[in-house]
Amino acid sequence: MTTVDFDPGAAAARATAAILHDTLQGTDRGVVVDSPPGAGKSTLVVRAALELAEAGRPLMVVAQTNAQVDDLVLRLAEKNPDLPVGRLHSSDTDAYDKALDDLPQVRTSAKAADLAGLPVVLSTAAKWAHVKVDEPWRHAIVDEAYQMRSDSLLAVAGLFERALFVGDPGQLDPFAIVGSEQWAGLSYDPSASAVTTLLAHNPGLPQHRLPVSWRLPASAAPLVSDAFYPYTPFRSGTGPDDRRLAFAVPSDGSGPDRVIDEAAESGWGLLELPGRHTPRTDPEAVRAVATVVRRLLDREGAAVSERSPAPSPLTPDRIAVGTAHRDQAAAVRSALAELGVTDVTVDTANRLQGREYDVTVVLHPLSGRPDATAFHLETGRLCVLASRHRHACIVVCRAGVGDLLDDYPSTEPVQLGTLVKFPDGWEANHAVLAHLAEHRVGWRP
Amino acid sequence: MSLIATLARLEAVSTGRAQPAATVRHRHLSEHPLVFVPLTTAGEAGAPLGALVGTDRDAPRLLVVPQPRDRDLRFAFLAELADVVLPYLDSYAQAVEAAERTETDPESGKRVKVEVELCTDAPQLIVPSRAGLDFVRLLGRSMRFRRTAEQDPETPHPAPPRIPLLGRWLTHYGERARVPGSSLLLALTDVLSRHWATGQSSLEDQHLGALLAWIDPASDSTGAEAARRAELARDADGQLLCPPAGPATDPAFDNKLLAPAIERYDRARGALAAAEDALQADDRLAALTAAEREIRNLVESRTRPTWDAVWRGLDLLRALPEGARVEERWTRDRWSFTGHRDRVLAGEPPQPRRDDAVTAANKLATREREQARLEAQEALDDPLVLAGRRLAGEAFAGEVTDVVLAYSEGKRPSPRPLVTVRTDDRPHLAERAKVFRSLGGKPQAAEFVGYDGSPDEGVLVLRIVDKMGRGKEPEPGSVPEKGDAVCFTLFEHEQRGGAKLPDPEETPWTHGGPPGEAVPEAPDTTTEEDVL
Repeated sequence: MTTVDFDPGAAAARATAAILHDTLQGTDRGVVVDSPPGAGKSTLVVRAALELAEAGRPLMVVAQTNAQVDDLVLRLAEKNPDLPVGRLHSSDTDAYDKALDDLPQVRTSAKAADLAGLPVVLSTAAKWAHVKVDEPWRHAIVDEAYQMRSDSLLAVAGLFERALFVGDPGQLDPFAIVGSEQWAGLSYDPSASAVTTLLAHNPGLPQHRLPVSWRLPASAAPLVSDAFYPYTPFRSGTGPDDRRLAFAVPSDGSGPDRVIDEAAESGWGLLELPGRHTPRTDPEAVRAVATVVRRLLDREGAAVSERSPAPSPLTPDRIAVGTAHRDQAAAVRSALAELGVTDVTVDTANRLQGREYDVTVVLHPLSGRPDATAFHLETGRLCVLASRHRHACIVVCRAGVGDLLDDYPSTEPVQLGTLVKFPDGWEANHAVLAHLAEHRVGWRP
Repeated sequence: MSLIATLARLEAVSTGRAQPAATVRHRHLSEHPLVFVPLTTAGEAGAPLGALVGTDRDAPRLLVVPQPRDRDLRFAFLAELADVVLPYLDSYAQAVEAAERTETDPESGKRVKVEVELCTDAPQLIVPSRAGLDFVRLLGRSMRFRRTAEQDPETPHPAPPRIPLLGRWLTHYGERARVPGSSLLLALTDVLSRHWATGQSSLEDQHLGALLAWIDPASDSTGAEAARRAELARDADGQLLCPPAGPATDPAFDNKLLAPAIERYDRARGALAAAEDALQADDRLAALTAAEREIRNLVESRTRPTWDAVWRGLDLLRALPEGARVEERWTRDRWSFTGHRDRVLAGEPPQPRRDDAVTAANKLATREREQARLEAQEALDDPLVLAGRRLAGEAFAGEVTDVVLAYSEGKRPSPRPLVTVRTDDRPHLAERAKVFRSLGGKPQAAEFVGYDGSPDEGVLVLRIVDKMGRGKEPEPGSVPEKGDAVCFTLFEHEQRGGAKLPDPEETPWTHGGPPGEAVPEAPDTTTEEDVL
């Protein structure tokens, strides 16, 4: 693949055509699609759903969270307002997005029987697990299949004959809150991901991948691809000159402003605070994160992208802060509130999965830590945090993470029969850190 | 490690004594637990060297394998162990009470109540440490597939009759110990470190001697000094004063004392076998008996200190009052015991080597549910545990400063009172987050409406949403009043049951399809090492 004649649009279209062909005409019971961050996974799911519905095959769609299900329903409704869609939901209050009530073609119910006969029915894996059918669905689409646990697939797999499994292998693996070493190495380890189990039992299934990330800018795709997808590389859909981030208010020379300028220029910025062991909610680092966000807004940023020729203002809803832990997110939220910032998304890596922003500010998972545990080293965590942005990503971190990584090589026990995931978190962290070092701005608050 | 646990450990370091991590006991302790202190032979997995076992702290039964590699002696040890453990288990199997259980009626498919037996109490096994739990599992695994001469007259090395049964029970106990909050089989170090925070790492806490040294040090020393002594102090012969709780033994003991003693035993045995007449045999039998006694004394000298330490630890735990919801969890243990008793009586085969896909998924779901239940119940039972959750932003306590009666919209308006709470805690409340408080033992839910003023002032408004009766006016006592002290948690108090998984014979294609007819599993093939 040479850079000169690579046409991202054509490559993506070829991949999509092959996937749809295998899904609609193939004879295998399953098709697996690996999708890197922002490669148009949801678009693919919607398109496959519409084509399956058009072909007259009753379809069930399994997603992992209610937000994901609602999002898919809205996208389906937008693409084809005439297609009747069923939204199966739980009996809790606020079980689904109230925006669905305004769509005449969408029928919502907590009982699967009420939605019988509709061409497409969507729900979460947890809700589907309670559904009993006499006649299985002809087809299913399982979204975010790499974030679905094997036992959760076990509970719903009896509902469909064939399925399209779509997901991002580089994001966070599903986890169990109790130990599951007992089953490690078994092909159906209930704590493994659904795709791992599926492929262990059906190794011959066709596997595809989407080759182009439309979200990540040209500055980020090579790093994310090399660090997290070394054997399944992907490209950015846009070139280096297609996106620009500029600020109307000039820098005041402070650390936060300098790192903002660096990130606007290069797509990456590392704001490095003096090395120190701190509690998880490191007050200085939290304040630094909040200050960067405040300055991003104060400096009246404007983003130019392939979506629109005119610059669009960098508003709070286009900025997100990512952390490893919930208490860190809470601390950043209250720090932002003190600075009068509202409407900026602040969440953990787990909850930012699948989301997209113009600029992200990340509190590095290893910042200020005395040790590097498996949780903090997890490849998927860093991958999620480093791949949510369309323009720039600013990482706030204490110095010394490189040494910390060298002091704590990964020591997870090797289990017989389990697939070793590459790259491991240690390696991925080093790769990202090495790249960030080139965009380092040291700051003593 | 939570912030409060870190604080407690720091405090333990500065005061020199372990600090309480709980104000009540969060595990059930039987009146008559069976304590099991096993030792294993270095270099060979699952080759027992000996054990102290029993329910009477003053009269443990000493079991010893004088030549751990001898298969017959190992069987003799296991048979003796079965003679102690099985009657103990049996003594609980008889006393039953009537109980109800919901089952799916095979004909109608409906959920119906059936009357079943539930054992009124269950036997409890205590091992000194986590490694002891693994050893119990290993013993169970090595025994349950053995065949007795009765089951299979052809088998070359028939096991004594009760060994497979003991293996099944130990396997059941070993599996149950993986369920959070269960108490059928407990590792004492785990239970002690749940209730006290020491000034050492959690890895070091797995040394029973060092752990007890922190919790209950001699009056003239600090926990750190006492723990150091327990871990390292040796006598003039280089032997540890406080032998490790096992099952692994100290290498110095293995090399200097045990190996020579076993060698003497082997020689005496060889000499006896070579004896040429009765008189010579008599003498050599006496020598063999003496050699065996020597090994017995050695094993007792390494297990007795641990045995005494286990009972001391139990005394410390008994001094704590039992948590209010411990009994409920123990009832689940009783169900577990009764269920296995019934499976054994019904002649079901031993537990398979590996779980099938559905069993594995069901076990994982149960354990996750029990983990969540345990965390919630411990916090509700124990203000100190709750304090940790409050510090972590997962709960808050405060005073009600205002109550405004409001109603839901709709045809039949129900009461939805707005309660203002002032708290010094910093809960991580998201918009419209659900919070719960315990009302007469049942959880009452409320919704977070917002802060009154800035979040730093700690004045928050909640909307109570349930448990107020069916009438237009809330039932008396169901809504907090101004001035009341209240405590809400962000976590749920009770766990919902998960969805029912398919039966194993309906395992879907994604998980390899149905596992097929269960075939009786063969015992492990005998290797050369087995018949040395």
